[in-house]
Amino acid sequence: MTATMIENTLAERGIVVDKEGFLQQPEQWTPALGEELAASVGITMGPRHWEVVNYMRNTFLESGSAPTIRTLGAKSGVPVKELYTLFPKGPAKLAAKIGGIPKPKGCI
Amino acid sequence: MSAPLRRPDGATTAFVILGAGTAGTIMANRLATRYAEQLQAGLVHITVVDQDGSHIYQPGLLFVPFGVYTPEEIVKPREAQLPRHVDGVKYLQATIEQVDVAANKVLLEDGVTLPYDILIVATGTRIVPEETEGMTGPGWREKVFDFYSLEGATALHDALEKFERGHLVVNVIDMPIKCPVAPLEFAFLADWYFTQKGRRDDVQITYVTPLDGAFTKPVAAEQLSHLLTEKRIELVPEFAVGQVDGTEGKLVSWDEREVPFDLLVTIPLHRGAEYVARSDGLGDDLDFVKVDARTLQAKAAPNIFALGDATDAPTSKAGSVAHFEAELLMENIDRALRGEPVEPTFDGHANCFIETGHNKALLIDFNYDTEPLPGSFPFRFGPMKLLEESRLNHLGKLAFRWVYWNMLLPGHDLPGISPQFVSHAHRDDTVGANH
Repeated sequence: MTATMIENTLAERGIVVDKEGFLQQPEQWTPALGEELAASVGITMGPRHWEVVNYMRNTFLESGSAPTIRTLGAKSGVPVKELYTLFPKGPAKLAAKIGGIPKPKGCI
Repeated sequence: MSAPLRRPDGATTAFVILGAGTAGTIMANRLATRYAEQLQAGLVHITVVDQDGSHIYQPGLLFVPFGVYTPEEIVKPREAQLPRHVDGVKYLQATIEQVDVAANKVLLEDGVTLPYDILIVATGTRIVPEETEGMTGPGWREKVFDFYSLEGATALHDALEKFERGHLVVNVIDMPIKCPVAPLEFAFLADWYFTQKGRRDDVQITYVTPLDGAFTKPVAAEQLSHLLTEKRIELVPEFAVGQVDGTEGKLVSWDEREVPFDLLVTIPLHRGAEYVARSDGLGDDLDFVKVDARTLQAKAAPNIFALGDATDAPTSKAGSVAHFEAELLMENIDRALRGEPVEPTFDGHANCFIETGHNKALLIDFNYDTEPLPGSFPFRFGPMKLLEESRLNHLGKLAFRWVYWNMLLPGHDLPGISPQFVSHAHRDDTVGANH
């Protein structure tokens, strides 16, 4: 399924995403949706992926901001090098997308 | 609320404020004004602690490398900004060892103990360049610089004066950082600086960020992306630095990409104050104080509040935020002392000038829920423009140094500027949730 097709089915199910496909309401997320979102960016979820995504999501829900690469590397149980193997190019951004939380952003 | 904060009639109330930077100084002045009578009657005591005696006007650090301000022009004594000649207000210069949350007291390194009824944490953030591999190794302050410290900004001034050609790289290692727009402003000012020197064609400027763009919010990205092209600043997004190689002159990312540099201006990793890590339950992994983002009450205890850069609240670490928070926190402290519940009044409001060089600046205004939008400020008619370059915004930024020392720190409200976000957008239909 292509990214556009997934976005269309998300819209049909009433799941709100921004232009880049990030969920806007974290409570609409389910693990099954996480698998779908991962597939849309070419990732097949394994246990190590889930460690990162779960840590990312739980931290966001607790504190209101998503952890950065530095914290992920120190606290998620997955070292930074491996983060890049699991989530090529942008681990923090991809883990946020798959975990159903907003994109990591600056202030502008 | 688990602990009663109201003092029995006649008992004294001890406030301890940790940190006498922007946030701590404003709070000290607001408390002294609000409780002037009680201070005089000996019913209230305020103790302010800071580890050093110099209050730096931090927005000025951006200008020091370019010779716009000298270091002396942005530093004043801390104590002189605090309530003066007021009985019951004391300033201590000391290193903080720990907050004993369970015992309601602060321990200082010199052995002094400060019991408190209300603790206000305002110890800000610090840079930790040593946490990035190689950053403080060969080349540190020779061709690798920060400008988030007075020493760094001063050393960078000398380096820029000598720099005539080559690759200048401006880099953010990771978020969160203080004044998140400052690195971009640095790149803009560098374009202007080398243009003035007649050297712009000999200097390549690259902006390297771990985020996926220089502008990451939709409206700002749409309105401002042209600035990078106009100023010939190359962008390298999604680059998370794993190592700085000062000998070879290159940044190496975790996924093994490289960016070469002749001069690196980097924003090192940030952390909260060291003692936070030694204070049970007070801070998060980066030593920022865990707070309720809307009441500013610490999660560790109901009689601890935090504001400014020291908190984990998901807003910008900026002076304007400290100012807005202080105004609202004063009311929450007052409520707590009256035995009333604190209220979720802080909405993440931030307001920042963004210097774009060539005597122009942008102004942005936003909060937790609304991204920076175009419009006029203050009120809907201006005179300053939001999200648009203008000379008046630049003059506003320069004038702000006076406002900082004379209005903001003493704890005066700024006319026309509400601590809570008010939409200034030209068109109501542009106002929406933060995407």
